[in-house]
Amino acid sequence: MSMPRAALLIDFGSTYTKLRAVDLDGPRLLGSGQGPSTVASDITIGLTAALVDLERRLGGLPDFQYRLASSSAAGGLRMVTVGLVRELTAEAARQAALGAGAKLIASFAYQLTKSDIDKITELAPDIVLLAGGTDGGNTEVICANAAMLARATIHCPIIVAGNRVVTDQVCALLAKANKLTSAAENVMPEFGVLNIEPAREAIRQVFINRIVHAKGIDRAQNMFDRVLMPTPAAVLEGARLLADGDGAMSGLGSLLVVDVGGATTDVHSVCTGKPTHEGVVLQGLPEPYLKRTVEGDLGMRHNALAIVEAAGIDVLAADSAVPVARLEQLVRRLHSDVERLPTDAEERALDHALARAAVRIAVRRHAGTTETVYTVTGPVTVQRGKDLSDITAVVGTGGPLAHGVDPAATLAMALADAAEPLSLRPRQAKLLLDRDYVLYACGLLASVEPQAALALALRYIHPLQETPRRGQGSVS
Amino acid sequence: MSSEQGHQPKTLITGVIGSDTHIVGNRILSMALEQAGYKVVSLGALTPAQDFVKAAVETAADAILVSSLYGQGELDCRGFRELCIEAGLADILIYVGGNLVVGKQSWPDVEQRFLAMGFDRAFPPGTRTADVLDALAHDFATRPRKAGA
Repeated sequence: MSMPRAALLIDFGSTYTKLRAVDLDGPRLLGSGQGPSTVASDITIGLTAALVDLERRLGGLPDFQYRLASSSAAGGLRMVTVGLVRELTAEAARQAALGAGAKLIASFAYQLTKSDIDKITELAPDIVLLAGGTDGGNTEVICANAAMLARATIHCPIIVAGNRVVTDQVCALLAKANKLTSAAENVMPEFGVLNIEPAREAIRQVFINRIVHAKGIDRAQNMFDRVLMPTPAAVLEGARLLADGDGAMSGLGSLLVVDVGGATTDVHSVCTGKPTHEGVVLQGLPEPYLKRTVEGDLGMRHNALAIVEAAGIDVLAADSAVPVARLEQLVRRLHSDVERLPTDAEERALDHALARAAVRIAVRRHAGTTETVYTVTGPVTVQRGKDLSDITAVVGTGGPLAHGVDPAATLAMALADAAEPLSLRPRQAKLLLDRDYVLYACGLLASVEPQAALALALRYIHPLQETPRRGQGSVS
Repeated sequence: MSSEQGHQPKTLITGVIGSDTHIVGNRILSMALEQAGYKVVSLGALTPAQDFVKAAVETAADAILVSSLYGQGELDCRGFRELCIEAGLADILIYVGGNLVVGKQSWPDVEQRFLAMGFDRAFPPGTRTADVLDALAHDFATRPRKAGA
């Protein structure tokens, strides 16, 4: 018997270095390994520890055909975006950065001021994305902003994705000031047309060519083949594959992924988000098919207090059946001891309530809304954002969901609520759980073996409803 | 800046302001403007005043053409010029046209009211697209070139 064809998928995370070993012909998960995150000192230490862990579980390491990595270590891909009008090119630039898996640390609109530049310098981002103006539109502001960035002491790469009429001029200006500059197509070439894929790709290239080195990840480069993308981008790629399928193999259809973490809650949607009812008028910027939002105030540990603030302490007390005073005490403890895992029923109930609140609020913010406008000719429904009503599946991922009590009850909070009829959340989606944390691995694997990656995702991302699907791993 | 000279077509913003769904006349106007060689950014029905201005900023538009057909135009258009000034577009050409007010009112009075609000021209119901094209050609030829953009 020959050795199985195997792949190693690595996630250099902020807390752990995680490994998934995959048999590509099964395709099946061979095993997992975990080590600490040691990017700050020497990344090879954590990776070696994780490999030792994996080897112990497998009883030996196969000869991996692919060794692909994603990274959210060293603070993730920290980005600053700059655009012109806040709701237009500035928003398109934000969407591009979020879609590329970045952690947005600041976004600017209109002319950058001296204090904006001071703030950017202090933040020391990994990449600045500079947009502004539709093609043939405003040139004044992007040129002024480029001049400000050129004079600044920042050293990070700058990606220019604005009005194409002045792209060369802007790049030349920045290059003259010794800024590492690359150009991409305009994030909004025409008014109301969103074109974020080229900027996403440019961000990914800079990430691969520059950031991986700047963060010291390439120190371990003889232990793997390539770092392909930031981890949130790998999750988004996994979601895209799971939704759309690959060639003859169909996926699950339109999809929502909710990733509840210790610091943030990410929501990814893979769908057009077009109105599901006739006669609805769409307003605002068109929505990206692949959309990622990050809720920086909804995290199970670092932002436990912020969840309480957003959801209301009475809601959490009622949901967890923990009295308000006690709940306050417990949340404070979580906030100061972010590594803490629940030890008893009360703490588990609190975590459950926190996760439910995080899912509910994060998906509510991700989803579009409708509003009835009364006109002379009668009422008209206006939609802003994505209509998620017809989403077929909601996938939960991340530690708190995978390890929490009753993940189905937590994920169900993503669904539409009769009390909030104007929020366009999924009406009756299947609920699935990424219990083995394979979504990022599938996203990485999709770049080389999409069929195997999809089969793996379909096999290991389990439906949460009572009846397990027959013939798991088959096309649904 | 560089590309302003030469044959770059003028950019016009069109749309129907306020809670107004009457889109047909506005579409006909937008098509006529496009056929005449203008670059038209058409915002469609139910467009808030500030969205006209935001679109004009981003596209460096040369003029905004506001339609209103449902009689509430006066209310919706109040402060439009001020919004433009606020956004750095103090000198942008702005037109308004349609059934701007309710009831039987004399057109010169209505026109005067809209000009006083800072619109460069106001057009009564039944205006032909050719009249708008003539007005634009005249105004672009006689107004000083705008700065910036």
